[in-house]
Amino acid sequence: MTTSPAVLIENLRFAYKAGRDILDIPSLTVPKREKVFLFGPSGSGKTTLLGLIAGVLEAREGTVRVMDENLRALSGARRDGLRGARMGYIFQLFNLLPYLSVLDNITLPCRLHPARAARLNGTPPETAARALAEQLDIGALLHEPARELSVGQQQRVAAARALIGNPELVIADEPTSALDADHRAQFLRILFDCCERAGATLLFVSHDRSLEPLFDRALSLPALQRGAQ
Amino acid sequence: MKTLTSLALQSLWSRRLTSGLTILSIALSVALLLGIESVRTGARDSFSNTISGVDLIAGARGGSLQLLLYTVFRLGSATNNISYETYERWSRHPAVAWTIPYSLGDSHRGFRVVGTTSAFYQHFRYRRDRGIAFAEGRAPTGMFETALGAEVARALNYKTGQKIAITHGLAGDLLQHDDKPFTVTGILERTATPVDRSLYVTLEGISAVHVDWESGAPPMPGDEIPAQQLETEGVKIEQITAFLLSAKRRVDALRLQREINTDDAEPLMAVIPGVALAEMWRTIGYGETALAVTAAFVLIAGLLGMIVALYTSLEERRREMAVLRAIGARPSSIVLLLVAESAVLTVCGVAAGLALTYAALFAAQAPVEQAVGLTLTIGAPSRLALIYVASILAAGVLVALLPAWKAYRNTLADGLSARL
Repeated sequence: MTTSPAVLIENLRFAYKAGRDILDIPSLTVPKREKVFLFGPSGSGKTTLLGLIAGVLEAREGTVRVMDENLRALSGARRDGLRGARMGYIFQLFNLLPYLSVLDNITLPCRLHPARAARLNGTPPETAARALAEQLDIGALLHEPARELSVGQQQRVAAARALIGNPELVIADEPTSALDADHRAQFLRILFDCCERAGATLLFVSHDRSLEPLFDRALSLPALQRGAQ
Repeated sequence: MKTLTSLALQSLWSRRLTSGLTILSIALSVALLLGIESVRTGARDSFSNTISGVDLIAGARGGSLQLLLYTVFRLGSATNNISYETYERWSRHPAVAWTIPYSLGDSHRGFRVVGTTSAFYQHFRYRRDRGIAFAEGRAPTGMFETALGAEVARALNYKTGQKIAITHGLAGDLLQHDDKPFTVTGILERTATPVDRSLYVTLEGISAVHVDWESGAPPMPGDEIPAQQLETEGVKIEQITAFLLSAKRRVDALRLQREINTDDAEPLMAVIPGVALAEMWRTIGYGETALAVTAAFVLIAGLLGMIVALYTSLEERRREMAVLRAIGARPSSIVLLLVAESAVLTVCGVAAGLALTYAALFAAQAPVEQAVGLTLTIGAPSRLALIYVASILAAGVLVALLPAWKAYRNTLADGLSARL
């Protein structure tokens, strides 16, 4: 049985300033339901690549297919809709709107995108958020303002928000780099668990290669760039 | 859209101190603007309602402004008098409802003395429908009786029953009619108009003090005709200075004005007080423009304050914008969010400003009227005030487009990588 990959990139070129390509990737594939570790030094273009996959940035050349959608053929609004409805995104830090409660932060994607709420199959977003919060061990914090949380708690709330509505693709941009070793392992275990349960593909970016053995597959960004061989 | 509005509200609430201060600064601008507008219309209204219900003011031919000044504002003096005969002829005119004669030219310690009849106390109106009332005592009826305007009584500290002398002419105390003292019979209620700054006597009283004068000079000692003799024998009223006239039907006023202006027997002139007052207001009305300009600057300062508040919050919120983008918010939603925030601030500011204005007007109306005779108008906002409010609301949304545009550019440039 062959399924189309979650992310398929061919001959991608991207530059912030004309003539200075940051990314020039002949081929990159992230198979569905896999947990993929993408590593590379700082400044190697990891976050830029994630922006292209998330549809926030637009490639100048090449193909970017995400969940069978050709991003370059979609309008900006459609790309925003695709990201809002079918992807989850976790930042390294400062994932939350500080003025919202934990519960409101987790349910925000459902409020912003009806298509995201529809993926809950009729479960109210609050109920889904509660269930996720229990799994992530932040069930007691639901009504706390986000700004009162510790960094570790914030990252779990971010994970819950990325995972609500069972997105097909979860993108995590160095989500553990602000956590200590104990919390890092715990966070990863929970994240993997939730992704497996949801059947989501996980694209995890880090410069910390000690995490690499935990993943199904590891990709080196510098090695993916044209001319790296 | 609903989500964005509630996000905007929650975000504003989380920064409630800054939001509150921004609302306060807008509210103060609005209150100042509307307050100034109220003072402006109040000043104009008070001015043009110095005299009401009078259709024509008539006097000897001369400048219309001069006529207005000496009859209504008790400033300057008439160049000529008119004969009492002519006045009586006009007061008996079939189209005339009533007349009030004024005989001017004498003073008491700097305050004008007005010779008039009971018609003055009966018919004179100011501020649309307010009449002359007595704080104490009664109108003068006898030849040597006088009633005082409120300001005269206050400044000179006179009481009813007191005897005072009247000075011939308007300046100094040189030529006193002190052989014929007047008794104060009453003090008028305060009107906050020039009425307060005069003394009122009968027409006979004015004639009586001048009866034994020869060529504008007082009688030689010993030649004075005693007051008592005058009172029993009576005096002939030869002339008055001007008269106020009300037509039976308003529409007759213009016809009467033309008739008076073309009087064959004596060169007369009649002016319509409303028209003359409006003309005069235009010449002294540059103060109005100054007020309006001040108000405009106040408003600009208020709006600048709001831009600054939005702009400063923007830098610290770049991260928030990236988070919103990551969960699928469109760049236009970010713009909408900021515009919604400033719209909420502006609406709250304007509402608070309106409340503040009306509260202040209600609190200040009576004391201000008492103190300076200015009636602050309290009513539905004037058309100009509504235009102000509408432009503040529009400006509040428009100025937000500037930081919103910056936020829009930030989100496109930052992508998802904005860091603190």
